[in-house]
Amino acid sequence: MKIVSAIIKPFKLDDVREAISEIGVEGITVSEVKGFGRQKGHTELYRGAEYQVDFLPKVKLEIAVNDDVVERLVETITTAAYTGKIGDGKIFVCNLEQAIRIRTGEQDSEAL
Amino acid sequence: MEQNIFQLQYALDTFYFLICGALVMWMAAGFSMLEAGLVRAKNTTEILTKNVALYAIACIMYLIVGYDIMYGGGVFLNGIGLDGASDADALVGAVLAESAEAGFDGGAVYSNASDFFFQVVFVATAMSIVSGAVAERMKLWAFLAFSVALTGFIYPMEGAWTWNGESVFGLYTLGDLGFSDFAGSGIVHMAGASAALAGVLLLGARKGKYTKEGKTIAIPGANLPLATLGTFILWMGWFGFNGGSVLKLADINSANSVAMVFLNTNAAAAAGAISALIFAKVLFKKADLTMTLNGALAGLVAITAEPSTPTPLQATIFGAVAGIIVVLSILALDKVKIDDPVGAISVHGVVGFFGLLIVPITNSAASFSGQLIGAATIFVWVFGTSFVVWFALKKAIGIRVSAEEEYEGVDISDCGMEAYPEFTRG
Repeated sequence: MKIVSAIIKPFKLDDVREAISEIGVEGITVSEVKGFGRQKGHTELYRGAEYQVDFLPKVKLEIAVNDDVVERLVETITTAAYTGKIGDGKIFVCNLEQAIRIRTGEQDSEAL
Repeated sequence: MEQNIFQLQYALDTFYFLICGALVMWMAAGFSMLEAGLVRAKNTTEILTKNVALYAIACIMYLIVGYDIMYGGGVFLNGIGLDGASDADALVGAVLAESAEAGFDGGAVYSNASDFFFQVVFVATAMSIVSGAVAERMKLWAFLAFSVALTGFIYPMEGAWTWNGESVFGLYTLGDLGFSDFAGSGIVHMAGASAALAGVLLLGARKGKYTKEGKTIAIPGANLPLATLGTFILWMGWFGFNGGSVLKLADINSANSVAMVFLNTNAAAAAGAISALIFAKVLFKKADLTMTLNGALAGLVAITAEPSTPTPLQATIFGAVAGIIVVLSILALDKVKIDDPVGAISVHGVVGFFGLLIVPITNSAASFSGQLIGAATIFVWVFGTSFVVWFALKKAIGIRVSAEEEYEGVDISDCGMEAYPEFTRG
């Protein structure tokens, strides 16, 4: 099992949700997060003066899946969240040791 | 029959004056919302407190001594009701005699109390201009102490020299020199801005506004819907400000003049908004709402010195030029590190001066030199006396909050409450 974390542009959330539903992902966790990447934020103008926006708003998805789905899932997110412009985000894949469904006590693949 | 018509004219002109005064009173709400919108959330309660308190102080100070200094009428307006007459019937007789002498289409005859009411809301307007410029770092009580001095003494003195035609310390009389300021581009707006400038120079910029390298850092306002509402309220109130300054409604010439003033006032504001919007878009590549709002107000300030003689085309051009000037002025003041969170010094001071200078273009009774001398008189007097008062306050009680209070926001340190507690604390 793997856990796939994807940091994406907020306006791409609906597209990504739709795309990963089509490949059979059963559930995702979404959080609104802030951060910066290689651009270190950006500047905005107010009354002709600049101000620094250090942390940009992003959406973070966490998806737990079986190993055989990971490649397809990453590919699907990459396609759906892609704009080609700076700030499209990143995807991290980590090993997942255990999963439990709280209601039934089912474990691992059964719980996903 | 003629007596009844004079009575009706008197009633109508007094009524018109009072309604216009009520519209100008509503500008206090406009300034409050504009300023509440352009400061940060942590300084909102305090700026609202300043606005409501300064309005009330202006009303009381002008009632106690201000009106007496400017026009006479006695301390505490003693006897304003009967105006020297022995009883109400005698007053009716005196008013009818005055109306007959002026003639139906002559000078305005109206209730003295309505004159006080119309004048007092102008004082409050001048003081409202100050609060925005010194926002987010000035001590509440130092500001209120200053408002006592401005509304009770500084403004009434220059008001007496201009609208009441008294000589300036016996040296010269502005009216004789060809000075004309219809509704107060200079007397009200530039005066308020001059007092604000003196305060800002002694107060310094908000922490974080300018870097050591001289770069300007924007401090965005917390609530642009409120700033927009405030601008529309001011725009509406301005019809009373300029329209009421015709002083008379109830004959054909006066009614036409009032209608022209409304038309020109509106056109100048609209043109100022459009030119500032486009100019900001060209300069910054974005449509800066706050500059657009300042542009509308700049158009209003510019036309205030003479809204009755320009053609609609001239009023539109004056407003449009004012919209450009205000954007340039805001950028220029930031270059010299004069921190004005709402742009009050640019809108009311720089454009108020511009408004005075364009009067001779359409009004042959005014002269360019008269306008310059009048503007200089108002500026030197209001800036000078304000500087002395601000300086005395600075030495006596301090005018600036501590660095820690400024960081935490003056809402908590001065008022003990936040404007948006559920929003900011979650």
